[in-house]
Amino acid sequence: MSLALDLRHEPVSGIPHGKMVMWAFLASEIMFFSGFFGAFTVLRNANIDIFMEGTTHLNVAMATINTVFLITSSLTMALSILNLEKKNTKMFQVFMGITILCAFGFLVVKYFEYSAKFEHHLLPSKSIFFAFYFMMTGFHAAHVIGGIIPMVWMFLRSFTKKGYTNHVRVEILGLYWHFVDLVWIFLFPALYLLFPGAHHGGH
Amino acid sequence: MAHTEHKQSFLSKYVFSTDHKTIGAQYTITGLFMAALGGFLAYVFRYNLAFPGENIPIFGQLAANQYNTFVTCHGMIMVFWVAMPILLAGFGNFLIPLMIGTDDMAFPKLNMLSYWTFLISAIVLVASFFVPTGAFGGAWTMYPPLSVNGYVDPNPSFFKALFYGSSLMILAVALEFTSILMGGINFVVTTINRRAPGMTPWRIPLAVWFINIATVIFMFSVGPLVAGAFMLLFDITLGTGFYDPARGGDPILFQHLFWFFGHPEVYVLLLPSLGVLGEIIPVFSRKPLFGYKKIIYLALLSAVLSVVVWAHHQFIAGIDPRMATFFSIGTILISIPFAGIFLAFMATLWGGKIKITLPMAWALGFIGLFLIGGLTGLFLGSNAFDIYAHDTYFVVAHFHYTLFPDIFFGFFAAFYFWFPKFTGKELKKGLGYLHFWLTFIFFNSTFFLLFFNGLGGQHRRINNYDLFSNINIEPYITFEKIATISAICLILSQTLFIYNFIVSWRAGKKAEKNPWQANTLEWVADSPPPHGNFETVPTVYHGAYEYSLPNMEADFLPQNVQAE
Repeated sequence: MSLALDLRHEPVSGIPHGKMVMWAFLASEIMFFSGFFGAFTVLRNANIDIFMEGTTHLNVAMATINTVFLITSSLTMALSILNLEKKNTKMFQVFMGITILCAFGFLVVKYFEYSAKFEHHLLPSKSIFFAFYFMMTGFHAAHVIGGIIPMVWMFLRSFTKKGYTNHVRVEILGLYWHFVDLVWIFLFPALYLLFPGAHHGGH
Repeated sequence: MAHTEHKQSFLSKYVFSTDHKTIGAQYTITGLFMAALGGFLAYVFRYNLAFPGENIPIFGQLAANQYNTFVTCHGMIMVFWVAMPILLAGFGNFLIPLMIGTDDMAFPKLNMLSYWTFLISAIVLVASFFVPTGAFGGAWTMYPPLSVNGYVDPNPSFFKALFYGSSLMILAVALEFTSILMGGINFVVTTINRRAPGMTPWRIPLAVWFINIATVIFMFSVGPLVAGAFMLLFDITLGTGFYDPARGGDPILFQHLFWFFGHPEVYVLLLPSLGVLGEIIPVFSRKPLFGYKKIIYLALLSAVLSVVVWAHHQFIAGIDPRMATFFSIGTILISIPFAGIFLAFMATLWGGKIKITLPMAWALGFIGLFLIGGLTGLFLGSNAFDIYAHDTYFVVAHFHYTLFPDIFFGFFAAFYFWFPKFTGKELKKGLGYLHFWLTFIFFNSTFFLLFFNGLGGQHRRINNYDLFSNINIEPYITFEKIATISAICLILSQTLFIYNFIVSWRAGKKAEKNPWQANTLEWVADSPPPHGNFETVPTVYHGAYEYSLPNMEADFLPQNVQAE
């Protein structure tokens, strides 16, 4: 008997292949964003005035709404995994639907935010602050889009006759989605909340 | 037991294959083609160095900016499109599934995607030679501000800037990293999750351990460089000022991001080759590998140290001298684990029944040459000496004495060792030794003399000394000429390898299943291993290095055979 293409044999470590790949990928993603945050820290300290001035042009209210969107979507993502594990397709669809809506909501707010900046000619080439602002939020938004695609695919598949039952895959996608959320949790204060006066709050 | 060999069309077997061995071969062959291109570039600029201003046979005149382009692309190609595909992706794909006793990678399709991404990256790089700006010529390190402002466009636009040589090189490198990342994650998951029964962590062959450690170093260090490269790309295309001091940016920042990856990359390339030595040396010494576990601990230590040495490339960039001292110490410390690993290999040879065969010749050649490269590295690692030697031919000679043995001696050792396994044919021995000796001699005569030119102060980035009337080129030119002629001979000697490769593959003698009487699992599989590798799942009973055990008739004990 040949062993040929017996690709499904049990993972030795007990952790599914897909989950381990996602953890490894996220580990390298952390280093990728660390590059940006490292550069941001160094250049912010060198150009504190430019960064302080730049922050005043950002819309904290919109970013706060986006933070709510992402945190909510992380919760609903976790709930959708839970429900799929319990084979409760209806609730899976509800929670996955909310997750997708939140993700789109995030992008819509981002769109309005960006177009307001473009209107005021606040482009990446305007200053070192806006270079960082567009680059870091842009890469983050690209990650959000990267998450939406498989989410929509799973969501739509669950309405077919065969349905969608692979909760391990949803869990793996969940890992990624929480990571995207987490990056935002760092981006939000770093870009929006370090404005002039913020440092004196405690005195 | 007869195989139920899986039926496959030509396309799915050789082109869009998900089989790890085919993907390994695709990586290796693409790497060898790129090596030919890199070698040709080296020939052109070395000829120009020895005979400045003269017509170069089969090329013609070399303009100054072309010289820069060629030197840059030679470095880029040799590191990212030769060493990475051959040593990490090639070895990893060929060896990991066979050595841990499984049928394929954990994600065969991801593996295929990794190769095709790599091929596209190579095409983008080669295409950059044909864009209006020409390929990028600001050295393989891509330091700003030269990489940002090197090409002045009268009316720049985003889309035009996207097709500058510099932008294309960044895109090519980014694609290449994506490819190796996909492949590397696959290696790690495969090694952790798909081992044969009994293949406990401390029974995994050294080569697999080292490829995995190299992969982890790569995954850890590549992110910041990709981030830094994107920032550079935006500086070129969008007019941001990340590295522009006039607008609050910092060019030294790029150097840090670059070398945070660039130096660990050296160990990413070195470890797979050392792993291969760890397989070859015990087999031909007929002795257990000395200190198997300690070697792995040393490699892990080197992985940790590899991320605290990077700024030794920047000693003259104007960094804080206190920081330079820190990085000097780190650099000198990292020689300890590697000295340990090499000493363990020496100790493996000690008292063994040494058989000099082709793979062993390359392995021993590797050790000898790398010693010179490693020791001169200690010189350069101390900042006091480096300030004098920086950007001279001493540095060029040093890194060729590390990278050439690593890439080519490492590859050839592996090639001559595993060729019978992966093709089922024997290589021509005499031709192989001729190839070895010619490569060994011409490599030394190319690069050894450059140490003296470097100590004499010859700068590495000047294409034609006739343009500098105040520099007396006389003391250097003889050595330059010897180096150039040797380099041409070195390149020509490789035709022996190509000839031997093709002729033996097509019409070589049929090889035995286990011609070297080695222990690791790949020798249990048929030669060449079919799609799916093993007939039955092998069970592993002990480590990979049980040679010349007392009270045993045979002097080797394959991993899947139980000791009586």
